[in-house]
Parts: sequence; C-alpha cells; structure tokens
Amino acid sequence: MPKTQKANEGPRFRLMFGDLWEYDPAPETADPKLKERYELFIDGRFTRPRTGKYFPSINPANERKLADIALAGPRDVDDAYKAAARAFPAWSAMPGRERGKYLFRIARLLQDRAREFAVAETLDGGKPIKESRDFDVPMAAAHFFYHAGWADKLEYVAPGRTVAPLGVVGQVIPWNFPLLMLAWKLAPALAMGNCVVLKPAETTSITALKLAEILQDAELPPGVVNFVTGAGETGAAVMGHPGAAKVAFTGSTEVGKAIMRQLAGTDRKMTMELGGKAANIVFDDAPIDQAVEGIVNGIFFNQGHVCCAGSRLLVQESVADQVIAKLKNRIRVLRVGDPLDKNTDLGAINSKAQLATIRRLVASGVRDGAVMFQPPCPLPEKGYYFPPTLFTRVTQSHRIAREEIFGPVLSVLTFRTVDEAIEKANNTAYGLSAGVWTDKGSRILRMSTELKAGVVWANTFNRFDPSSPFGGYKESGFGREGGRQGLLDYVHIE
Amino acid sequence: MSAKALNRIPVTKTPKVYIGGAFVRSESARTFKVSDRSGTFFGNIPQCTRKDLRNAVEAAAKAGPGWARRTPYNRAQILYRLAEMLEARSGELVESLVLFGAREADAARGMAVGVDRLIHYAGWCDKYAQLLGSVNPVASAHFNFTVPEPMGVVGIIAPDSPPLLGLLSMIAPVIASGNTVVALASEKVPYPAILLGEMLATSDLPGGVVNLLTGFRRELVPTFATHAHLRAIYASAGADDRRALRLGAAASVKRVRFADAEGAGWFSDGAQGLDAIRDFVELKTTWHPIGS
Repeated sequence: MPKTQKANEGPRFRLMFGDLWEYDPAPETADPKLKERYELFIDGRFTRPRTGKYFPSINPANERKLADIALAGPRDVDDAYKAAARAFPAWSAMPGRERGKYLFRIARLLQDRAREFAVAETLDGGKPIKESRDFDVPMAAAHFFYHAGWADKLEYVAPGRTVAPLGVVGQVIPWNFPLLMLAWKLAPALAMGNCVVLKPAETTSITALKLAEILQDAELPPGVVNFVTGAGETGAAVMGHPGAAKVAFTGSTEVGKAIMRQLAGTDRKMTMELGGKAANIVFDDAPIDQAVEGIVNGIFFNQGHVCCAGSRLLVQESVADQVIAKLKNRIRVLRVGDPLDKNTDLGAINSKAQLATIRRLVASGVRDGAVMFQPPCPLPEKGYYFPPTLFTRVTQSHRIAREEIFGPVLSVLTFRTVDEAIEKANNTAYGLSAGVWTDKGSRILRMSTELKAGVVWANTFNRFDPSSPFGGYKESGFGREGGRQGLLDYVHIE
Repeated sequence: MSAKALNRIPVTKTPKVYIGGAFVRSESARTFKVSDRSGTFFGNIPQCTRKDLRNAVEAAAKAGPGWARRTPYNRAQILYRLAEMLEARSGELVESLVLFGAREADAARGMAVGVDRLIHYAGWCDKYAQLLGSVNPVASAHFNFTVPEPMGVVGIIAPDSPPLLGLLSMIAPVIASGNTVVALASEKVPYPAILLGEMLATSDLPGGVVNLLTGFRRELVPTFATHAHLRAIYASAGADDRRALRLGAAASVKRVRFADAEGAGWFSDGAQGLDAIRDFVELKTTWHPIGS
C-alpha cells in the first residue's frame, strides 16, 4: 500500500470485524406454527381446491419444502367471486364504524401473533428476520389500523362528492413483501366497503393463509375476503373474472401490461403498482456517511427485491471516489446468510428463478464492460443466495442501468451538474421512486419537483407509512396506495 | 349574396390547424371537404396524419416544462384571458356552429357555458393542489407531503356533439394543472376548432400548450393509443375506440380516461369540476427527516 493515500479514496483505516472474530449464530426460535397443507380460503372456510392439486412452497434459505399449497383453478376463482358477491350487500351496507371494528380487530390480532408471522414470512420468502420482525409485520398491522379509522369517514374522502364502494375487487400481489402487500391491498378495499378476491404470489402464500386464520378469529363475515393460491394462470383468472368491479395488481411491469391488454375490452377500474429503476442521487455537499447508509439500505433492503429500490446510484463526480470507497467498506461487512439469524443483513433470494434472473443481468453488466465488485463473503451451500454487488463505470445504455434486476445489485453512474443528474435520473421508462442526498434545502425541493417519480426520499430512503401515498409515474404504474389519496382507488365517485 | 351586391368576391379563409403556436396545413397536404348545413361547399380542412400528430406531440412536449413551471396564479390568469378572447368572439363561434347544423339557441348556450367553464377552471388553477395534496402524519420523524403534478402531454379526442363545448371542456381541466395537450377535433364539425385555434393564438397561452388537429379518427386513434410520449389519453369514444385506445395504451402504461358526458350532458355543471383535474395529475410524495 502506498504511503500517501489520496484524501478522496476514503478512510485510511478500516474496521474489519469479519476478519477478527466470528459471530455466534443467533437464530430466531419462535414457532411459525405452519400447517403441512394449506387450502384455499373461500367464503370464510378453508376449502379444498376443485383442481385437487397442490404445489410445494419452498424455503429459499435451504430449498426444503415448508408446506403444500392448494392450486386454485378457474372454478375455484369463480367460487371465490361468488362468495364475495354474496357478502357484498351486507358488508357494504354495514355502518362504517362497525366495519372499521373488524379492521381494528385484525390489526390487533396480527400484533398479538407478530413474531410467529415474522418467522413464517422469513421462512417462506427468505428475507432477514430483522426485516420481517421490525418492518413487514408491524407495518402490515399499521395498515389495518390506519384504514380501520377511515371506514366511517367515507364522506371525507373526496371533498364535495359522495363516494360508494365498488363491489368485488380482484387483487394480485407479489412475493417481495407478501404480508405487507396483502395489507396494502386488503385494508383500503375493506375500509371502503368492498369485498376481495386476492391471490398471493405462488412462492409466498403462507402468511396470507395464516392471516385467513386471523380473519376467522376476528369473525369477519364469510366471503368478505377470499384467498385463492396459485401461479400466473390463477392470477389471470382473478384479474379477468367478469365479477370484478376493479382489479389491483402489484408486480412486474411486463405482467401489468399484459393485464391491461387482457382487460382492454372492458371498463374495469385498475390500479397498477409496477416495477422501478430508482435513481439515488448523491450531491457533493451531502452528509456522506449518512448517504452511504442510505444507499446500502436503498439497494440491499430485502435483498433488493423492492420495486422502489435505489438501484441506480448517481453520484456527483467530485465525491464519487470517496463515496464508492466508503460504500465498498460498508458492503464488506454486510452479513449474507441464514435469514432466521438476527444478525443477517441479506437473506435468501426468493426463488431459483429470481436467482437466475439476477445472475443473467449481472453477467450482462460484466459483458457490457462495467466493473463489478463483490466482497469476499461465504454463501451457504444450500439455498438461493447472491452476494451484495456493486457495478462501477456503468453507462446509461447498459442493461444493468435500464432493467429492473430485483436483486442486491447496485449500478453506479456519475454526473457533474444538477441538470445532468435530473436528465439521467429521468432517463428511464420507470418512475416509482428516487432519492436525493444534499445539505441544501432549495436543491432538495428543486430535485423533488423535477424528478419524475411518485415517491422522492430526500436524505433518507425506503420509508413507508400507511398515511403516505405510494405509487408510480410512467411505466411504474398508476393509482396510489396509502393515505386519503389511496382510498380513491377503491371507491366510485358519485 | 351581399358580396355580389357590392360587386366584390369575398375572400375565403384557408382553414389551418394550430400546432406549436403556428398555423399549418397537414404535412401530407391532404384535406377533406366540408359543406355547411345547406350542402354548400365550405372549405378544405386539413386531414392530419400520424406524422402531424407526432409533430404536435413534439411541440407539446417542448412547451410542457415551461407551462408546468408557470405559477398557478399565472395559469389562472391565462385561462381567464382565454375566456375573455372567446367571449369577445363568441358571435363568430356561434355562427360557425349554426353553419354546421346546431340550433342557434343551443349554439349560443353552449358558447356561454364554454366561456363560463374556462373561468371555472381558471379558478381551480391555484386551488386543486390543496384539495388533492396533503401533509401526511407519518409515524416517524419525517416531514412528508404529497403534491399533485402534471402528467405531461395529454392526448384528447373530442366528441362530435357538442363539438366545441366538448373540446373546451376536455382541454381546460387538463391544462389547468400544467399539462400540455394534443387534441383531435370533431371529425364531423371541425371548423369551430380551427376558429378556436385562432383565439388561442391571440390569448396569452404559450404556443405548444394546446395543439389542435383535424382529421379522421380512424386514422389517428391508433397513434394516439400507442405514442409513448403521450402520458395520458382523454377521449370521448365508443366501445371500439375505447378498446383500441386501452390496448395501445398498455404498451407504455398510459393513463386512459373516457369522458362520461354525452350530448346535452356537456352543458350541465356536472360535466366540470375537480374530478377531471384529478384524472390528469400524478401524486408525488416527498420525505425528509426532521432533525432532532
């Protein structure tokens, strides 16, 4: 190592905990109370699928089977819609304060069983227990609690107008935040007086079906909420069913477009929460250490399986070396491994298929000429894992700068001026989120105005709240979830 | 005709469309004939093409950032000024509507409603943000607020009846929030839209904010549907066009809204309000930590 080191290359000394001592394993041991087999949840009862078929749900951390999940066919989906339609008149006519009480109950019962749900979520999806425990499950409960309070306030949703529930709503959710996405979808729909047919993602059905137990305990009237499990075909049946007054989808832009085409001949109301390729922009006056934490959280939270992940780092040229050096140091001490371990920062990739996608796109980054950095980190032998990955010398035309990788892969680009940062940040078909790091208030507000994204995090990243509207611009979808604005997607304005 | 009595041949006007603040004919040099209610030849209207539409989108995109950056107060005054222009020349517009088949009373009432509607939306310019936006009480130490922003370039397909009031009613809420517009006028009664272009040009509306095309729906609907730079479509359309627009819109996840009003419905107060503004804004939520 040269004796003199340029100031902008980062700290002279590094703390290398990983080299000095090993962490003892600290597994979370709460019982997830899983069943061996999960049935469909239709009309308030667990129901065997008419298809007679089941598919396995795998723990991505060790590739072992967790449970068998019922495969819903078109007739099962039809049963679910019929049950929801039967439940709708009474549910929508129920005084809002009573409807709200069910949602309050659901929130409370979920809080009671929070740790159990967190473990189940981590087992089924592969996310670190500290995230499912501290984020997914409490935030899901918070969504029910927040929306419960709206149920008797429909007259305040649209100023000067009367709103009414739509009817039966079909919803399809992704595998990255299984329980939380379910809460985002269910809570506003129910608060506004709709009934629901929802399909969880095929790799992560378990917490939805565990929530069905809570719905039973809460004595939610049968048919108000129905869960049909399965893969793409089941999803298409849910989205395409003529009984749906509205459909809401969260998932990839590709599937979102297919649903839009599928429903082009109908007047079906739609909400689409699709992909993203968020720019996280660091200016030279930013609090660099905070920014580095924000960048790490922005891309490695939930293994990067986040539609609003800060997957494109735009860093001002004058501080680029410094930021990248600090970032590499930070990445070196991230712990990848057993999702149930309380010290784990990056858990398992959700599925074999997603791991293959990440590998394919990372290979394209190398092929396109970007420079890859991966810390030396041992990965478990069994299970689907991918190390935190940083690409430098990325240009805007690289696939890793354009396509959603949905994995722990950060592409770093640089800029010189504010205008160039804006231009590069907006140079994407997506527009879900963006991050800005600077000490200058006026610049934050300018950036927030110019960035074509539904959520802008300034000097922070990946923050969510039930009262805060979330959703995309451009090909990241339309409609909002959360806040008063999100309710409008679940009502008819009369 | 009186012109003959004066022994003078009247100078007829060449109808042109208003794109990017200029009066142009179709790049294709194509026109279609329109005749008045008595069947007498009236003029050759530009039969705009996909290329004209693309040019118009380009003009609208160029005008977009400047228009969106105008203060709401300024946009309000410009919409009000537009109403002034229309009021002053409403006689000419009513005459053009009557010439192509409207009853005199309906045309006059439509004009009055149209001018009033512009004023209605002028008033909205600096108010909708407080009703659609919010400060959000998040459960963490963050200042969190949501504001509506324009979507960008919006494609409008106007109804045949009422041709002018429908067109105005669709344009006004869309530009009130800072969007720019490419609008296709009624195919059956295109001439009032040509006159409207002349009035837009003499208002304070910057060139390119509203671009008006004339031509055939069946030729232009596919491009409206698929043009990726049109961020939203606002159309008065039947079932077939609706399907085509939705199908094309899927490719770029374009927002598609259809006008609820039909015929006489456009005259009612129910055909205006905050809903039409809400349909063409995006909501942006910004987070910032609150220091300790």
